[in-house]
Amino acid sequence: MRVQLVDIAHARSGDKGDTANVGLIALRAEWYPLLAQTVTRDRVAEHFRGMIEGGVERYELPNLNALNFLLHGALDGGGTLSLKTDAQGKVYSTALLRMSIDVPDAEASRLGLPGSR
Amino acid sequence: MKQVVRVAAGQGFWGDDLDAPRRQVEGGPIDYLMLDYLAEVTMSILQKQKARDPALGYARDFIGAIESILPGIVGKGVKVVANAGGVNPRDCATAVKAVAEKCGARGKLRIGVVSGDDLLDQLDAVLRDGHALANMDTGEPLSTVRDKVLSANAYIGSEPIVEALAQDANVVITGRSTDTALTMAPLRYEFGWKSNAWDQLAAGIVAGHIIECGAQCSGGNCLYDWRSIPDLANVGYPLVEAKSDGSFVVTKHPKTGGRISVPTVTEQLVYEMGDPRSYITPDVIADFTTIGLSREAENRVRVSGIKGRPPTDKLKVSIAYQAGFKAVGTLVYAWPDALDKAQLGDKVLRARLDRLGLRFDRVLTEFVGANATHGRLAGDQHGAPEVQLRFGVRGPDRAAVERFTREIAPLVLNGPPSVTGFAGGRPKVEEIVAYWPALIDKAVVKTSVEVIQ
Repeated sequence: MRVQLVDIAHARSGDKGDTANVGLIALRAEWYPLLAQTVTRDRVAEHFRGMIEGGVERYELPNLNALNFLLHGALDGGGTLSLKTDAQGKVYSTALLRMSIDVPDAEASRLGLPGSR
Repeated sequence: MKQVVRVAAGQGFWGDDLDAPRRQVEGGPIDYLMLDYLAEVTMSILQKQKARDPALGYARDFIGAIESILPGIVGKGVKVVANAGGVNPRDCATAVKAVAEKCGARGKLRIGVVSGDDLLDQLDAVLRDGHALANMDTGEPLSTVRDKVLSANAYIGSEPIVEALAQDANVVITGRSTDTALTMAPLRYEFGWKSNAWDQLAAGIVAGHIIECGAQCSGGNCLYDWRSIPDLANVGYPLVEAKSDGSFVVTKHPKTGGRISVPTVTEQLVYEMGDPRSYITPDVIADFTTIGLSREAENRVRVSGIKGRPPTDKLKVSIAYQAGFKAVGTLVYAWPDALDKAQLGDKVLRARLDRLGLRFDRVLTEFVGANATHGRLAGDQHGAPEVQLRFGVRGPDRAAVERFTREIAPLVLNGPPSVTGFAGGRPKVEEIVAYWPALIDKAVVKTSVEVIQ
């Protein structure tokens, strides 16, 4: 089945210069391994293709059931230079939550994902 | 030694809730009130104010805050640590002293003033000595923008604050201290943590990171289960109850709104995070992958297990420089075909700017309601009930940006139909003060502490 991240994770984002960071946090501890396995650096880079100018870095924080992504060149120069509405990257977090991942039905069911049987 | 030291956050940035400091002092027992006023570009604003009046250049909100909490400082012994000094901590202290005297508390304050972070006057000497102050993001040397620099401040750590507290200051005013040092320094002072007590120092830094943005860890801007967060109108600002081993509890005063839970604290922990293994500060490098969170009780989250390691021999320097001008204009187009009309408006505007021969470093169009925050991920928005055309330009030539601002209003009568939302008038031209992050050898920055009564 397909699951949208907004149903299994929450997130907060911020900025450092022209880089936005998105912290992606599993809504339940038992869902973190699924995030860690499926929300890869390449998947996130593909998700934001055309929206950011630089690369993506990814860090794992299993202690917080969280992943941290750095999206470089995401803020039109960042800070006061940026002409964007979201110059400080405050809502990039929600843009990441639009991503969907494929999960085998049996695993979705075992994990009790929303919408699974 | 105290068993538990309570540090409360009363201000997350300059412009935060004016009444929060008073509520933190009156709402329950605390030992320290921590007030963070400085964001990256705040220093340049303060430097400009100081240029106009040499007695200014600090966060003036702080003086009102002190007035509102004076009974707590004098009567209950609450101590205050704030980076309100901006680029003029000394005159900030003078103003604090004056307000205390006005309120009948003459001689009751011992004000510690931390200075030495301001490098503006020695900038040329620093460059001459071979410190390039290269931009950490682009690698360019500072010499490329030297003549446009407005302010230059090193981010300093906990040591001078600890020293001021050791000299019995009950109000400590700093310039560009790191936000986290404002929380860690009182803990370090109270518990006597040595300068190589890496784990405890790191724990103090993490405590600072959790509360430095005020209510952003206690239910504010929290996505997790946001509908159920109670009484945000009376949101409780956070405080930490720390022990000498570095473990602490994040909580808030009783009878306040908001929420402190593992998810609200986690959201704040990942805010503005880089490499979680290396949260670098002047005092210590904290490893965020070692943080353990657990629910202790309602609105009480226990934080423990934090590891730290020695810092680098550099300090970060925050430099602000003039980077040209910008202006952003908006118009709103209504259904039917709101997005198509806005897109035509954009096309017409670009053609006119082109015909006028105006050149900019950057032109950005967003369609608010369709793609401004989520880009193409938002999907097809051609059925939107309304779309705001948001058009921005940036460049070195003020006259060109000024000329652009006159091209928005005419579109109301000579562009695509069903347009409104221009009541705000012509867009304002903004002078851009940009941020230049750099590193400098620690040995170059000499801090000092003075206590005035």
